[in-house]
Amino acid sequence: MEAQEIKKPIFSVKNVTMDFKVARKGFLAKKSTIRALNDISFDLYPGEALAIVGESGCGKSTICRIAMRFYEPTSGKMFFNNENIHELKGEKLKQYRQKSQMIFQDPFSSLNPLYNIYYHLKRPLELYHPSDKETMYKKMDEYLTMVGLTPPKEQGEKFPHQLSGGQKQRAYIARVLAVGADVIFADEPTSMLDVSIRLGVLNLLNKLKRDLKKSFIYITHDIATARYFADRIIVLYAGHMVEWGDVDKVICNPKHPYTKLLIAAAPDPEREGKIDLPVIRDEDTEIRQWTPDSKGCPFRTRCPEAKEICARECPEPREVEAGQFIRCIHG
Amino acid sequence: MGSLLEVENLCVDYITENGYVRAVDSVSFVIEEGKSLGLAGESGCGKSTIAYSLMRLHRPPALITNGKIKMDGKDILSLSEKELQKFRWKKISMVFQSAMNCLNPVVTLEKQFFELYKTHGITKNKKESRKMAEELLKIVGIPPERLKDYPHQLSGGMRQRAVIAMALALKPRLLILDEPTTALDTVVQRDILQKIYELKEQFNFSILFITHDISLMMEFCDTVAIMYAGKLVEQAPSMKILKNPHHPYAYGLKNSFPSLQGEIKYMEGIPGIPLDLNCIPKGCRFQDRCFKVTKICFEEEPGRSSRDGGFFYCHNPLELVKEI
Repeated sequence: MEAQEIKKPIFSVKNVTMDFKVARKGFLAKKSTIRALNDISFDLYPGEALAIVGESGCGKSTICRIAMRFYEPTSGKMFFNNENIHELKGEKLKQYRQKSQMIFQDPFSSLNPLYNIYYHLKRPLELYHPSDKETMYKKMDEYLTMVGLTPPKEQGEKFPHQLSGGQKQRAYIARVLAVGADVIFADEPTSMLDVSIRLGVLNLLNKLKRDLKKSFIYITHDIATARYFADRIIVLYAGHMVEWGDVDKVICNPKHPYTKLLIAAAPDPEREGKIDLPVIRDEDTEIRQWTPDSKGCPFRTRCPEAKEICARECPEPREVEAGQFIRCIHG
Repeated sequence: MGSLLEVENLCVDYITENGYVRAVDSVSFVIEEGKSLGLAGESGCGKSTIAYSLMRLHRPPALITNGKIKMDGKDILSLSEKELQKFRWKKISMVFQSAMNCLNPVVTLEKQFFELYKTHGITKNKKESRKMAEELLKIVGIPPERLKDYPHQLSGGMRQRAVIAMALALKPRLLILDEPTTALDTVVQRDILQKIYELKEQFNFSILFITHDISLMMEFCDTVAIMYAGKLVEQAPSMKILKNPHHPYAYGLKNSFPSLQGEIKYMEGIPGIPLDLNCIPKGCRFQDRCFKVTKICFEEEPGRSSRDGGFFYCHNPLELVKEI
């Protein structure tokens, strides 16, 4: 941890809250507000992978979308190299767009089916790193080799439909490299891929992180791959950061009841016999909707240890162990 | 306990512009009464094709070209259209991956249950059907008053549970689960699977569980069969396949899932890409991706060898794998 304190964060999020207006049933009914993210703060350092895990609808992808400037946060700020990304203009904005890129879940729809792989790599190179044709092709071949699409001459000429899912994802990663991104937002990059292919792509991301010092925000619901790939982890529940810190500490020794539940539910063939999930059964086991008026701990309705105080106020973050934080009065 | 379902040398072909493509190639297995069999493999290996042929759901261009499927001694492949209608759901029922696509979006759950009972001649009385449906929903953990809801009013997990309730309505002997929880969150997934296995104890039906998540399967199934490119490559009791896989593909699949415990090791996964069924090579189908490949693998197709409680097809099996 000490070594990290000297380093400067490349991307940081400060107290971001995001509200969405949703229409209610009926034509004349008032619109209601849903709080998708509540008080999110974290730092990302160069050459580090930060995993964000949680169930669907907990706001994982919303963080990405705010960082990509699809939305402006209701309150709070996001910084890239100490500059507020939502106030960038002109040349600076172009630079930010270059340095931050996303990898999407579905490689089948993120490549243009009408053009070959070389075209996908050529466009960002022309835009950001213009040079003569020969160096450009040399560069493209380099990127393709780096992501494991060999021989590059042959693979570059192929069209997306001629590649398998894993290869498409690799081609897309090559494009992200060609742009020259430093911070990569990977939104479930492996969940659409076959199990046998998945690990290869994760190993590729790992290599980029280690050798090229790229930073990753790795969004997933698979806690096992998060442990395999990431250095730090944030567990999100109903738009709240409930537990975060060192990936090994959080997964091997979870303190928050929700993290415990997530880990107990993950399939593990080495475990014997049936396990009891540490959770109170709700009417439906789906996530609760959070509104700006909601009070208390978001997990209290399903928490087996909930007390009366949990309904009144949302617990402040505290450090339970060096490099491991929770937002819970227990643990 | 006797065997409930016997599949022998099942072959399923798809007719394409370039001729026949054999998606399932001489697959044989047995499901015993009250037991669960898991079918694992990557997408396109023919797992779901097998499930569809058990229910006789195939339509051209898919054709069952060879083999026998017997349930309780009766040949399923020779049933007539009318017999099939009675057979489906009553003997074998199926839960599909996407629950939203199995439920009719414009009809309430209550009515869908009623139609089910009516077609199978259980009852024509709406009140009676309602009572039975309420009973079923209670079993899977949905409050009975939700029977009046339309599918879109239910959450993803609830929809899948409603479909399971429907699949159990006629007390089938075999339940086919085709990736029933892939679209769901881990907590909901475990909740539903535990429920299904509780029900299995209660009603004593057999399960054919299809998924690519092999760690989930190891935990829930008695026997696991692993498929690659239309062929079964290894079958054994789940604990044995986990501790000691013989086929390199089974080993690779098992090693594609990082563990939550112990040290983080570098894992390789399986190199290469899945086999294109249009051009099947001579010899073993796994040759291009196998780390134990030798000369014979390119020449001869491996024969069946037996192992403790199962069998495998490989020239160079892994005898004992350390570090488990």
